[in-house]
Amino acid sequence: MTPEELRRLAESHEEARPEPRHCIKVCVAAGCLSAGSDRVREALQNEIAQRGLENECEVKGVGCLGLCTAGPLMLVEPDGVMYQRVTEEDAPAIVESLGKKSVEQLVCPSDMSFFTKQYKIVLENSGVIDPEKIEDYIARDGYTALARVLEEMTPQEVIDEITRSGLRGRGGAGYPTGLKWSTVAKAGGSRKFVICNADEGDPGAFMDRSVLESDPHRVLEGMAIAAYAVGASQGFLYVRAEYPLAVKRLRTAIRQAERLGLLGNNICGTTFSFHVDIRLGAGAFVCGEETALIASIEGKRGQPRPRPPYPAEYGLWGYPTLINNVETFANVAPIIRNGGDWFASIGTEKSKGTKVFALAGRVRNTGLIEVPMGITLREIIFDIGGGIPDGHRFKAVQTGGPSGGCIPEQYLDMPVDYDSLAKVGSIMGSGGMIVMDETSCMVDVAKFFMDFCVSESCGKCVPCRVGTAQMYHLLNKITSGEATMEDLALLEELCDMVKYTSLCGLGQTAPNPVLSTLQYFREEYIAHIVDKQCPAGVCQMRQ
Amino acid sequence: MNQPVRVKTLKIDDRDVSGREDETILEVARQNGIFIPTLCHLEGLTPIGACRLCLVEIKGVSRLLPACVTRVEEGMEVYTQSERLQKYRRMVLELLFSERNHICSVCVVNGHCELQSMAQILGMTHVSVPYRFPRLPVDASHERFVVDHNRCILCTRCVRVCDEIEGAHTWDVMGRGIDSRVITDLNQPWGESETCTSCGKCVNVCPTGALFEKGKPVSDRQKKRQFLPYLTMMREERR
Amino acid sequence: MSKKRIATVWLDGCSGCHMSFLDMDERLIEVFQQADLVYSPLVDLKEFPEQVDITLVEGAVSSEEDLHKIRMVRERTKILVAFGDCAVTGNVPSMRNPFGAKATLQRAYLENVTLHPQVPREAIPALLEKVRPVHEVVKVDVFIPGCPPSAETIFLALSDLLADRMPDMAKLTRFGA
Repeated sequence: MTPEELRRLAESHEEARPEPRHCIKVCVAAGCLSAGSDRVREALQNEIAQRGLENECEVKGVGCLGLCTAGPLMLVEPDGVMYQRVTEEDAPAIVESLGKKSVEQLVCPSDMSFFTKQYKIVLENSGVIDPEKIEDYIARDGYTALARVLEEMTPQEVIDEITRSGLRGRGGAGYPTGLKWSTVAKAGGSRKFVICNADEGDPGAFMDRSVLESDPHRVLEGMAIAAYAVGASQGFLYVRAEYPLAVKRLRTAIRQAERLGLLGNNICGTTFSFHVDIRLGAGAFVCGEETALIASIEGKRGQPRPRPPYPAEYGLWGYPTLINNVETFANVAPIIRNGGDWFASIGTEKSKGTKVFALAGRVRNTGLIEVPMGITLREIIFDIGGGIPDGHRFKAVQTGGPSGGCIPEQYLDMPVDYDSLAKVGSIMGSGGMIVMDETSCMVDVAKFFMDFCVSESCGKCVPCRVGTAQMYHLLNKITSGEATMEDLALLEELCDMVKYTSLCGLGQTAPNPVLSTLQYFREEYIAHIVDKQCPAGVCQMRQ
Repeated sequence: MNQPVRVKTLKIDDRDVSGREDETILEVARQNGIFIPTLCHLEGLTPIGACRLCLVEIKGVSRLLPACVTRVEEGMEVYTQSERLQKYRRMVLELLFSERNHICSVCVVNGHCELQSMAQILGMTHVSVPYRFPRLPVDASHERFVVDHNRCILCTRCVRVCDEIEGAHTWDVMGRGIDSRVITDLNQPWGESETCTSCGKCVNVCPTGALFEKGKPVSDRQKKRQFLPYLTMMREERR
Repeated sequence: MSKKRIATVWLDGCSGCHMSFLDMDERLIEVFQQADLVYSPLVDLKEFPEQVDITLVEGAVSSEEDLHKIRMVRERTKILVAFGDCAVTGNVPSMRNPFGAKATLQRAYLENVTLHPQVPREAIPALLEKVRPVHEVVKVDVFIPGCPPSAETIFLALSDLLADRMPDMAKLTRFGA
């Protein structure tokens, strides 16, 4: 399919149905679904049918609108009104209001900073298109990047474009994507693979889930472009089985793309072929680590192996393999469409583009946000997030999940990018962001993440397997008021040892939550140990 | 035509040494009589870099790398005995001793145990982390062998020898993290395993008293591993 | 130079380490030319004295009494030596830990007894839930592993300590030796 044909397809799709005057876009991503948006959608459809307005008004399921805390959300076009916390009972009023005065009490002000401060690339189609319709995606320039790449560009030119964009891996470590692609492209071998890592497992993170549920084709297009660039013909999407909706939509998307010749053999009539299969993760956090993920796809126990050799050289079944995260692939098509320079103009010197964060915890507006790199934490938490609710005070923000750290108030005006976050002892991670106020005990927070690491350690290397269990034991001793200062010294020694001797990223970063809370909130640890008191009143001290 | 083998020159502990490009730091070190401690590694089995005892420092590399899987490179400067490494190694051992119930005095391989002798070699006189004392089973259902999970250090030598050398793949690991355990078949009693050939290779590669043969005095529990390099050599030749 | 004051105590152990201590034989004379034995289960003294230079502790901490005793000993001792595997690792006494104190008492006093099985309530100090090596309870300065450590090991370690040197135990002995 050529770009021309794609355009025609999109247009014919527009013409095929009489443009209804109104369109109600109901969010059907996980957050709003769990708040009952499917029932609201049905109620709206019934209401419209009863009034015989089927040709006047369309109800459409769309992806994430972002402000998950106010779900179920919906957008009424062309009025441009957003409604929040909609229930089935609101359906008549909403249908009645179409084209007239909006339903006052349900309106979600779309001029609030939650929306205006965001910059959407990855999420540009989220909440706009129906994730189960490829035509919707194509109508928004979908697959034009792939068609252009196949028609006009050499693989090297694609890699150059990605390199020029300055895109870095969005899975957490921030490895330059262009460099990774060119390494795989240069690697010899009769076969190569492209893997999309959708084994999102950080507690409180749902960026990848949302992208997959709201705009699955974007990820497929990115993977196909990557496959063309590195010379792969087979791809795998490794998705956690806990994301059934994402899996279902991906399956639909793959089928649709194959039917239109955008995936499969001879894509767009060229000699380039690329097949994508889905592999389900069985719920092990460590399978997000690339070598463990590869082992899992191979049907082995999901355990990491020492690197080097890196997967780029020795990956799936020993062949050169490109592994990128969902959000990384989601950035590819826009970069090709708009050029690497355009992408590089967004963000900071070393961190380009935007980043999606799952904003959660003690903040007014929780949900999914996409912001340009370099925005400050203060802007994210206080402007977009709307600040701390119930008159409480900000205490710390946890970024990067169990591999990350807690950042205290003094760094709120620091720009958010890979290097600044690393400098203060945290990491960008995949984009989980948990805000805490003074009702959170930092020792308890560290213990929570250590508990997570204990149960998610694969058990292969000694420091991670036993070290995390010992650290958890010590943290537990501290929170129950039974620890001594010697225990704290031992905890710090273990942190150091586990960090530098563990085999994979899970163990190497497992001490980070402890180290960063010790760095900024050491007095809380001391209070637990010496005064036998939990300043936040969270921990139950044994008397 | 055989490809010419390239030789790399490097320094280990300030000594000039050389090794083939496909050799690991550990192999080259051992050829030159430089001691690097190991537990999960056993010549003849695929190295996995799991026990972390063989971590070494390499000049210009910020991470510590396991010598058993890291290939030699030209101009590499490797340090195997820094104070930091020795401290980490002792802590690895302490963690292993604390993990399960390693009570040397009543162990069937007291005196022939690699964990025990490693503690002595690395100068570990006590365990500074608290002992965990888990409650673990002993499976004596096999007519000749016993697996005592209290002594297992999860080095997976048994898993690898059974899979790679014997070809039976009776052993594997179940559970994860601190709850990991070696199992026979699908966690059936060893005695009921239909894949086990009772060859005893697992028993002989086990570094501790986790796997042992019934009816032998403690004094005769030296593990016999001569078969490993021999079998590996035979297979290489057949290829 | 005044003579050093040495003491030995035993907690939950088999007294094997003390036997090994006596196995030093004529070397005992050499040791006690430089030191006085101010307290020991081997001599008839009821009260653990103040200001002891070196105390060898055999056995693990497994009862309330052990706990009380080792804390007092620690207070009155300059250099506390964990003497033998029970003191260093918990060793055989700690084998009951996976099961707990109650199951241990039941096994010892009820299940294996045919005549008047009963758990004693008096004269026996209460068992701790878990047996602990000495250093998990109080600070220990020197560790002498071994089950038991050989007389040679004990002699060399003591000679070093009496000469105000820290012995390098890893060279002399090992766990379970």
